[in-house]
Amino acid sequence: MFYRESGDFKATYNKDQQIFTIALDRWFVILFVAFAFLVVPFLINDYWEKSVLVPVLVWSIAALGLNILVGYCGQLSLGTGGFMAVGAYASYKLTTAFPELNMFIVVLLSGGITAFVGILFGLPSLRIKGFYLAVATLASQFFLVWLFNKVPWFYNYSASGMIIAPERFVFGIAITGPNAPPWATYLFCLTIVVVFALIAKNLTRGRIGRSWMAIRDMDIAAEIIGVSPLYAKLSAFAVSSFYIGVAGALFFSVYLGAAEPTEAFGIDKSFLVLFMIIIGGLGTIFGSFIGAAFMTLMPVLFKNIMVGGLGWPTDLVAHLILILIGGLIMFFLIVEPHGLAQLWRIAKEKLRLWPFPH
Amino acid sequence: MSLELLNTLEVILNGLMTGVMYSLVALGFVLIFKASGVFNYAQGVMCLFAALTLVGFQTGQIPFAHLINVIFGTEYHHWSSDITGGMNSFLAIVLTVIVMIGFAYIVERFLLRHLVNQAPIILFMATIGLAFFMEGFGDLMWGANIKPLDLGIPSGGSFWWEEVTRTWATADSKYIGMYIDVLDVWAAVIAVLLVIVLTLFSQFTKTGRALRAVADDHQAALTVGISLRTIWVIVWSIAGIVALVAGIMWGSKSGVQFSLSLIALKALPVLILGGFTSIPGAIVGGLIIGVGEKLFEFWIGPMVGGATENWFAYVLALFFLMFRPQGLYGEKIIERV
Amino acid sequence: MNSKLIAIIAAIVIVVGALYVFLSKEKEQAIVIDPDAELVFPSLSYRTGPYAPNGIPFADGYADYFTLLNERDGGIGGVPIKLIECETGYNTEKGVECYESTKGEGALVYQPLSTGITYQLIPKATADDIPVHSMGYGRTSAANGKIFSHIFNYPGTYWDAASIIIKYIKGQEGGDLNGKNIALVYHNSAYGKEPIRTLEELAKKHGYELTLLAVDHPGQEQKSQWLQIRRDQPDYVLMWGWGVMNQVAIQEAANIRYPMDRFIGVWWSASENDVLPAGDGADGYKAIAFHGVGDGFEVYDDLRKYVVDTGKAAGDGSNLGTVLYNRGMYAAVLAAEAARTAQVMHGVAGITSGQMRDGMEALKIDQARMAELGLANFGPEINVTCENHGGPGLGAIQQWDASSKSWSLITGFTGADREVVDALIMEDSAAYAAENNISERDCG
Repeated sequence: MFYRESGDFKATYNKDQQIFTIALDRWFVILFVAFAFLVVPFLINDYWEKSVLVPVLVWSIAALGLNILVGYCGQLSLGTGGFMAVGAYASYKLTTAFPELNMFIVVLLSGGITAFVGILFGLPSLRIKGFYLAVATLASQFFLVWLFNKVPWFYNYSASGMIIAPERFVFGIAITGPNAPPWATYLFCLTIVVVFALIAKNLTRGRIGRSWMAIRDMDIAAEIIGVSPLYAKLSAFAVSSFYIGVAGALFFSVYLGAAEPTEAFGIDKSFLVLFMIIIGGLGTIFGSFIGAAFMTLMPVLFKNIMVGGLGWPTDLVAHLILILIGGLIMFFLIVEPHGLAQLWRIAKEKLRLWPFPH
Repeated sequence: MSLELLNTLEVILNGLMTGVMYSLVALGFVLIFKASGVFNYAQGVMCLFAALTLVGFQTGQIPFAHLINVIFGTEYHHWSSDITGGMNSFLAIVLTVIVMIGFAYIVERFLLRHLVNQAPIILFMATIGLAFFMEGFGDLMWGANIKPLDLGIPSGGSFWWEEVTRTWATADSKYIGMYIDVLDVWAAVIAVLLVIVLTLFSQFTKTGRALRAVADDHQAALTVGISLRTIWVIVWSIAGIVALVAGIMWGSKSGVQFSLSLIALKALPVLILGGFTSIPGAIVGGLIIGVGEKLFEFWIGPMVGGATENWFAYVLALFFLMFRPQGLYGEKIIERV
Repeated sequence: MNSKLIAIIAAIVIVVGALYVFLSKEKEQAIVIDPDAELVFPSLSYRTGPYAPNGIPFADGYADYFTLLNERDGGIGGVPIKLIECETGYNTEKGVECYESTKGEGALVYQPLSTGITYQLIPKATADDIPVHSMGYGRTSAANGKIFSHIFNYPGTYWDAASIIIKYIKGQEGGDLNGKNIALVYHNSAYGKEPIRTLEELAKKHGYELTLLAVDHPGQEQKSQWLQIRRDQPDYVLMWGWGVMNQVAIQEAANIRYPMDRFIGVWWSASENDVLPAGDGADGYKAIAFHGVGDGFEVYDDLRKYVVDTGKAAGDGSNLGTVLYNRGMYAAVLAAEAARTAQVMHGVAGITSGQMRDGMEALKIDQARMAELGLANFGPEINVTCENHGGPGLGAIQQWDASSKSWSLITGFTGADREVVDALIMEDSAAYAAENNISERDCG
């Protein structure tokens, strides 16, 4: 009734091609972003920052990046943890070598370095496909983590090999370190997320995104119609690694503050991001967000209900959470294999026809 | 023979043995992938679950003891009065096999059946959900403690082999003989038996032929009246039994504990090297990976600080893939527009 | 279509539920807790995941001792204790969540129980004015109290441990280590790398040769490392292992018939869990300890009487007296004593976390006090000062007897080579201070 296209006349091509074609959608998103920017910073406290909002934002960027590679370009990758480590160590080296550098620049440079590494490790994709490629990217995962563990230069020769984010600033406000106010770190991550989500959306709508999708749907056919697999695949690896590197830099310097490669960037991180995009929906921007939110918030939510609310023993709850998460993943896949984003789309379709479905 | 050569031989021999242990895990993956096209991420957790169940039966644990105790305020832990007196190992193995068959049935009934014809990555994801589920379920059922596993399989370095190899070295060198773990030899023997049984089964029984037919072409198999569902239950049961064997072998080394599920990661390079669809591939791949990573660690490892095995296995597999993108024994993919 | 509808509804329910719970959590936190009501001790335990076998007994010991204090004495100084357990699964992100969710409840002191979480909390807890007690783990150089004001790692650090083990070996070898070969098998992580620098320094001093053998996480496959040990036959093997790595290493050592009494682990490679799977092969394995072993202490009578027999124990009561249970209990004893000290110092019963920090810094436990606590000769005397947060830095060697399935201490508590260790601590803490713009506190 309210959510509809009729009566919304598009007079120009620009209007016809905008991201949110339905007015209500558009307003909803604008309101949501405005709320996130203008209201949330005044309400946020340490718990919300460190346990809910910042992790969701950071994982969203990582999921966006992987979704570009897996969902849009069809190249299955399990090297996410390793690439996040590259971003994290790049930001560590940059912040310690150039203390005056603005954190925005640090994060972007970290992403750039990761993109370069990503291209390097993306080369096998020209020859290997499917699950074989997924397992081959594990080589980068294990190698990178091992490298950061072994070469003392990466962790500035500290005794244990831990890296610790020093206090760094954006326009005079601490973003990293223990004294960073919650609203500042949150806004910092949010800005990056919003900007990069917009870029991702537009990349995937444009020529380069279409070439990725052509490769994904059938690479031989794409090659025949003139899409260069070399360019398409490597550009997907580069863009994806850039995002993942940014996520890694934020993950280490803003969210955790201290990290060691084996634990913080292990293989389980690679799997976690893959779960996010499959649960959220492959090949959708919205799915990256919803998947990241699902996988990071569900355990916290269940924990708060069962330990905080019902007072059960923590170990039982931890086991039950695993069972529930596993069960939910299977349940959602059975009802909707294309992820939560597809469910959302179906809900919107229904809403569009409501209350007269026929 | 020179000491250097003997040491290299020793490393190769032990690499082969380790490779067999990897192959045991990889076999389960291959079986399921062949028959249902599912890349079963839960294979590692199945090893853990099978081993946990076996030890649970053996030592007479009450399943879900912790949960029951919390809900009803009771204090039950073992159904027999003394901890060691559970049940006979053979009986425990049989019961565990039954549990794994039941598990296969449940997986087919509640998961696979609903996901027919989905994209491989969706099926992969579903098995990840399954892995989560079983991690939690296994811990909930049997507890998260570490449990020593003793089925009476001998272990430790072989004296006989040490004696034999000592004579190979020149008399004046202080060579102490070559090392081989008896448990590894047993694992190799069991792996060989397992492969022979599987081959005989698939070549000479009706079900085996049906299995091969399904692996070849699902649709054609369906049209000649083979029940896909039954086949899947059978395949998952066999994979469950293979998981039990792998769980016993690895569990005898380290005790049964959560980390057992991580051995799946050591099986992945074996899989890509051998090809997802080939049982001989899993064996040969395991051997190559085992020998390759041990030799690399032996020669190059000390120069770069060691602990190279994890990534080198993958790099080695990647190297082979460059030449054979479907693995050594994988089916050649023919692409048509 | 119906199933899709159900799924949509399910998704909506979950989202709404999530919002509701988070909002209610918000309210919960807003309530000001009366500080006089109770003393809050969070326990960041890990009863699940790959390290659960080690986490369970520690968490049980920690919980049971506080339960004992509540049941027997009505808390500390008359104020009841509230223990909040939070499951981390040894995972850093969950650790952060646990820290943030419990600190608002008035947490007095954190036991992070993982190297990763400890490094996390070092700056954060300092900023929040909450002390962290990383007992025998975490960042070794935090022993320098002038720079790490809120971090305590008494009664001993990894570097103390490395030095004491070398001292013990030197004693075994008749006072001369020249030309001896010592191998270190270590977990390839921050934790495992800790002792390397100390061992290298000591190698320069004593003239032994150090071989480093890294084992990658998780460490189920260590054939290469042990083949190398078998070939080189080092005089001693030290181990800095964790989780499944310990069991496999001890099993492999038994397989290659390495003399077990020359195989010495750090205190995290020293529990019953690590030696039991290897059976008789583990007989004679040694490890360093910073507290006593077994349940032959008076406090266990009370624990059985007030906690286990009344059904209030955290576990099933079967792990009383195991190494890690003892360690968890010892951690609780030290925390309780520090709280008591703080109560006396500040003259208030319901102390704050800042006062707790002062109590920890002034903590003194002599043998008479240990005996009063029912722990005569359980551990060394403890004396924490403003400069020294590492405590006495004493350790003893314990040895496993496979036939009786028990550990026993075979030496008394001895000290580390302070000259070497203190210099390293100064160097590392100074590097931290420089990197983070921290100036030394005045301890005068």
